[in-house]
Amino acid sequence: MASILAVDDSASMRQMVAFTLKGAGYDVIEAVDGQDALGKARAKQADVVLTDLNMPNMDGIQLIRELRKLPQYKFTPMLLLTTESAGDKKTEGKAAGATGWLVKPFNPDQLLATLKKVLG
Amino acid sequence: MSVDISQFHQVYFEESFEGLDAMESGLLALSSGEPDMETINVIFRAAHSIKGGAGTFGFRDISDFTHVMETLLDEMRSGKRLVTPAAVDLLLRSTDQLGGLLTAARDKVEPDAEAIAEALTELQAMLNEAQPDAPAPAAPTTPAAAPAGWRIRFAPQAHLFMTGNDPARLLRELTALGSCTINCDLSQLPEAGAEFDPEACYIAWDIELSAPVEESAVREVFEWVDGDAEILIQSVMPSAAALAAASAAQAEAEQLAEDRRQSDRRAGDRRAGDRRQSDRREGAAGASSSSSIRVDIGKVDALINMIGQLVITQSMLLDLGQEITPEKTIKLREGLAQLERNTRDLQESIMNIRMMPISFSFNRFPRLVRDLSSKLGKEVQLKLAGEETEVDKTVLEKIGDPLVHLVRNALDHGLETPEVREACGKSAVGTLSLNAYHEGGSVVIDISDDGAGLNRERILAKARERGIIDAHVHPTDAQVYDCIFAPGFSTAAVVSDVSGRGVGMDVVRRNIRDLGGTVDVHSTPGQGATFRIRLPLTLAILDGQLVRVGANVYIISLVSIIESLQVESANVQTVSGSTELYSLRSEYIPVLRLYDLFDVQPDSTELSEGLLVVVEAMGKKVALLVDELLAQQQVVVKSLQTNFRNVDGISGATILGTGSVAMILDVNGLVRLSRERYADLPLVPNSFRMAQQETIQ
Amino acid sequence: MSANMAVMNFGGDTAVGEQFLTFMLNGEEYGVDILRVQEIKGWENATEIPNTPPYVLGVINLRGAIMPVIDMRLRFGFPSVEYTAATVVIVLRVRNENGQERTMGFVVDAVSDVYNIPVGNLQPPPDFGGTIRTDYVRGLAMVDEKMVILLDVDYLVASDVAMIDAEEPGEIAESLAE
Repeated sequence: MASILAVDDSASMRQMVAFTLKGAGYDVIEAVDGQDALGKARAKQADVVLTDLNMPNMDGIQLIRELRKLPQYKFTPMLLLTTESAGDKKTEGKAAGATGWLVKPFNPDQLLATLKKVLG
Repeated sequence: MSVDISQFHQVYFEESFEGLDAMESGLLALSSGEPDMETINVIFRAAHSIKGGAGTFGFRDISDFTHVMETLLDEMRSGKRLVTPAAVDLLLRSTDQLGGLLTAARDKVEPDAEAIAEALTELQAMLNEAQPDAPAPAAPTTPAAAPAGWRIRFAPQAHLFMTGNDPARLLRELTALGSCTINCDLSQLPEAGAEFDPEACYIAWDIELSAPVEESAVREVFEWVDGDAEILIQSVMPSAAALAAASAAQAEAEQLAEDRRQSDRRAGDRRAGDRRQSDRREGAAGASSSSSIRVDIGKVDALINMIGQLVITQSMLLDLGQEITPEKTIKLREGLAQLERNTRDLQESIMNIRMMPISFSFNRFPRLVRDLSSKLGKEVQLKLAGEETEVDKTVLEKIGDPLVHLVRNALDHGLETPEVREACGKSAVGTLSLNAYHEGGSVVIDISDDGAGLNRERILAKARERGIIDAHVHPTDAQVYDCIFAPGFSTAAVVSDVSGRGVGMDVVRRNIRDLGGTVDVHSTPGQGATFRIRLPLTLAILDGQLVRVGANVYIISLVSIIESLQVESANVQTVSGSTELYSLRSEYIPVLRLYDLFDVQPDSTELSEGLLVVVEAMGKKVALLVDELLAQQQVVVKSLQTNFRNVDGISGATILGTGSVAMILDVNGLVRLSRERYADLPLVPNSFRMAQQETIQ
Repeated sequence: MSANMAVMNFGGDTAVGEQFLTFMLNGEEYGVDILRVQEIKGWENATEIPNTPPYVLGVINLRGAIMPVIDMRLRFGFPSVEYTAATVVIVLRVRNENGQERTMGFVVDAVSDVYNIPVGNLQPPPDFGGTIRTDYVRGLAMVDEKMVILLDVDYLVASDVAMIDAEEPGEIAESLAE
């Protein structure tokens, strides 16, 4: 099963995402911010990256930018978890190399549907 | 698949209360200094997380409220709005309301709707007031007549694959909307022999979707690649009007593309400066109902190491035990000593897990001092020191209220107004400092102010009036100051009436005593006062005195014991028929017969055959009658309530070396118990009372 | 066991059998839901808790936890007997109305058997009179022509003022509140 790197500084969101994904049979790697995620992404290849936008240490956009520089993450789908209020963040995220986004708040079903989209 | 997201609520509340703390301290920092980007970012991020979680976990009112705060913060963050004191103030007040909303949601009660609405109105008013170049609301798009289908041109830019998007996926999604005729446009493929980038996308597609779906449904498919591809969407009209409509749609698409390019530029311009942030403080300060605890990873690692040591020692002992020969006994003894060391280290480490920095308690004071000093018209500088000093989580939770009381007291009664201060030749700004540090096996917290100090004459007059100090006695300063801790000695009545809460220092002292601590006060007239709180590092272990009553062993906390003595029959007096008082160096101390209070069989009911353990309980001395003093030892405190219930006069239980259970006495509870049984037990303070029989009766 | 677990629904009616551990007390056979039984251990001396009724024998050290021990004979008002080698303590997990679990030991004369009893066939308890109140009896069951009295241990504990905390106002919260 595909492995998903889930990045969020909010423990409750992270737990919710991880719980949902694990329940659907995915492998989940959790990270608490961009820096943490970058290290974990290097250590283990993720098939999809799901990242929050606003995080300390390294935000989601910077994370995507850094990940895209790595050869093994050149084509990996990366989704931003964002709020509707952050419209221009979508553009910024795309410029950094994000594949797409999922608008918060989302429920577990929406999360899985979006994931299915990029995993084919 | 259905996921019960309520299981994440507790974590959500914990982190939100943390976020709230971060917002509050950030806002306080903003109010007292130059607005810096970093602080605003931290506040914004906290609000953003609270909002995001609230939306996800179904707390609509929280997400709505936070949304407005977030918008205001975002404007500050992006430089669209100045960080004014008024805005910071409003945001500070709003964090209070947000805290209320979170608490209400956590406790499943109704929030204070009126206050929330009021704060929302204020926030909205501020948002609306001076919002420079507010964008005009987008013109509503008029729904076009449903077309028969769509003609779509999808020409990705070369870099499309590098966004993680896959054209095959998009086409698949499109076919899910209805049947499609897809033509592949290979005209952009490089000529044979020309340079070819295998990672680039050279192919474009022309698609005819024959399904009467909304345009938005088609746009949604391409939502993520908007900007990474040329996307033209033309409706296929069943009528002759098709052409005109199509060209209009094209114009619209071009307009959209132009808008987007502009917004791209804007986004690029305000590249959000330096996003690094100091390490987020950890811990769960706000969530009082939560019993979970966040532990520094270093502590857990230490624990793991220690377990490793223990395992090694254990296996060593196991090997030794295989065949014991005389020469091996020395090694065995060494091994046992090592096991003892390991066990002690492990115990210490585990206790250490419960330790949290006192900053969790100190955090609230910048706000409290700021609010209260402005209310009182005083200028106060708050100095915090030793915030990293660690105390047991339970101690930390329980010390909060007494600390607040002492800080309020210092602001209220200790520090003078700027005018008075200047008249005394002091700087107009008073200083209040909170300093925590370890000393011996205790944590000490000093609350000092450079105010007027305690008023000896007024306290003494009051103490005489209350009969706490007899008229002919000439007490020392320390004795006078100590009177403020006497029951019923309302501080408000002594110095000023601003607090007017009628709660005396006796409650503060009692609460600190309940934690096994002490509080005393030092004061220098004109220069200020210092309250010193001394607390045990942990409530989980106590140094105990084992005592025996008949067949029962009880434990008395050593810190509460003043002395133990053999009874001199001549010193015992009985008053009111039943109450016995023991006269000790001109004090009368009530005697509590433990066997009587607990209804157990003692060795002897004769006072002269037992021992009196003099303890301090509820600010007074009482003497406990026991049969014998046994050893003193450290004991691990265990709750009786876990599997049973609280019992009067018992604060917990422990397991002795023999494996049997012994009860730990709660001396305050014993006094209460005895007061219930013998209503006439004198409980007036006896510290300064000289031998005067009539005052006792 | 797992099948029983699945239908386990405390207090609910179900036609499927539940398993009960039974014990002897004054010549009568009583049963408790076996899923609540943590262990059965021999009797050992307890440390008395002051000012509790005689049937609260005290607390013992159960692998580092402080566990209260209740004498069921005294609790039900039967004559007390000398504890013998057969005297056992049944360690039960008891829930209060908030769903919190407590571990408590109950001294009985002897452990008897484990029965599968179809809960749907329970007889309502008759009025016993005296100490055994019907409200903590779930029902009566006939097993091999013997009567077994099935107890609701949660209610047995919750209905006993000697076993629950009196509501105490938080002193500091009260006195320091503004």
